[in-house]
Amino acid sequence: MPVKVLIPVPLQRLTKGQETVDGSAGTVITLIKDLDQKYSGLAERICEGDKVRRFVNIYVNEEDIRFMSNEETSVKDGDVVSIVPAIAGGC
Amino acid sequence: MDFTEEQLQRYSRHIILPEVGGKGQKKISGSRVLIAGAGGLGCPVGYYLAAAGVGTIAMVDNDVVELSNLQRQIAHSVRTLGMNKAESAKNTFEALNPDVNVVTIKERLNSKNILGLIKDYDIVVDGTDNFPTRYLINDACVLAGKPLVSGAILRFEGQVTTILPGEGHCYRCLFEEPPPPGLVPSCQEAGVLGVLPGVVGALQAAEVLKLVLGKGKPLSNQLLIYDALGVNFRKVKVPKNPDCKVCGKSPVITELIDIGEEYCSI
Ligand SMILES: [Zn+2]
Repeated sequence: MPVKVLIPVPLQRLTKGQETVDGSAGTVITLIKDLDQKYSGLAERICEGDKVRRFVNIYVNEEDIRFMSNEETSVKDGDVVSIVPAIAGGC
Repeated sequence: MDFTEEQLQRYSRHIILPEVGGKGQKKISGSRVLIAGAGGLGCPVGYYLAAAGVGTIAMVDNDVVELSNLQRQIAHSVRTLGMNKAESAKNTFEALNPDVNVVTIKERLNSKNILGLIKDYDIVVDGTDNFPTRYLINDACVLAGKPLVSGAILRFEGQVTTILPGEGHCYRCLFEEPPPPGLVPSCQEAGVLGVLPGVVGALQAAEVLKLVLGKGKPLSNQLLIYDALGVNFRKVKVPKNPDCKVCGKSPVITELIDIGEEYCSI
């Protein structure tokens, strides 16, 4: 069972409309770089270099990686990773 | 205050709930809620809170009603085109429930006026449409110790969280910084499914009523994410950040600041 990655609506254009994609185990940053091979442009939207952008949060099984090991937080098969950008619309 | 026969009928479906009862309905009638933004989110939040009998509702908005609003902003109508949105919402809410006192604040929130405006209210609801105002409202509520029910929408996705200053996380604990201008599109640029603010606004109204009643578990230290396309409701954990700039151990924001105007174009 691979890592399940939940893609937010604004980034689903890059994943051909898919709301969930499969990723490979490792760390958060290797997972993102790996996904970028398949879905070009994804890493740049989420990260600046090797750092996750500060208005994007990443959760491994509901836990915010900022309170674990940040980009080095490990992900294993069966984990669910959520990418959650800040949104501001109220209109 | 005792309820009239008419009020007993109006609120009977509340009063019959053991979690509400006459006592809870009185709490609702005595409560004061400020809603920032009378748009997609502010309309359903205010509409349901007016129906529920919240005693005083302040609607803050300095915009006027436009035709493109009517696809989702259910408190406005073709009859109120061109009218201030807070005023238009007041007409609608008072027609639904004359018990409710709707206060209109036709101003844009800023670092100078916000603390004075929220001070007379028990709970603040964020339904604004830009990052600078969201961070301003968060910081003001943390400094003033006001509970804040925050909702945000874009395209098919919504986010809801309840901020209880002193107890749980704040918006800056959740997202440390607003994105740079231009990186996250606005609803105007990216669109929004008309019913989406209805779903998110109803969730916000439920959070407000729970806080007023002191019942259930608030969405504190959590973020609820709703995805209309996949029909997913997900919750993630939001710990209080010890390094938070406004509610952390050594806060650097001790008075309010206006974030640059350039963000307002988002
Ligand atoms: Zn905080």
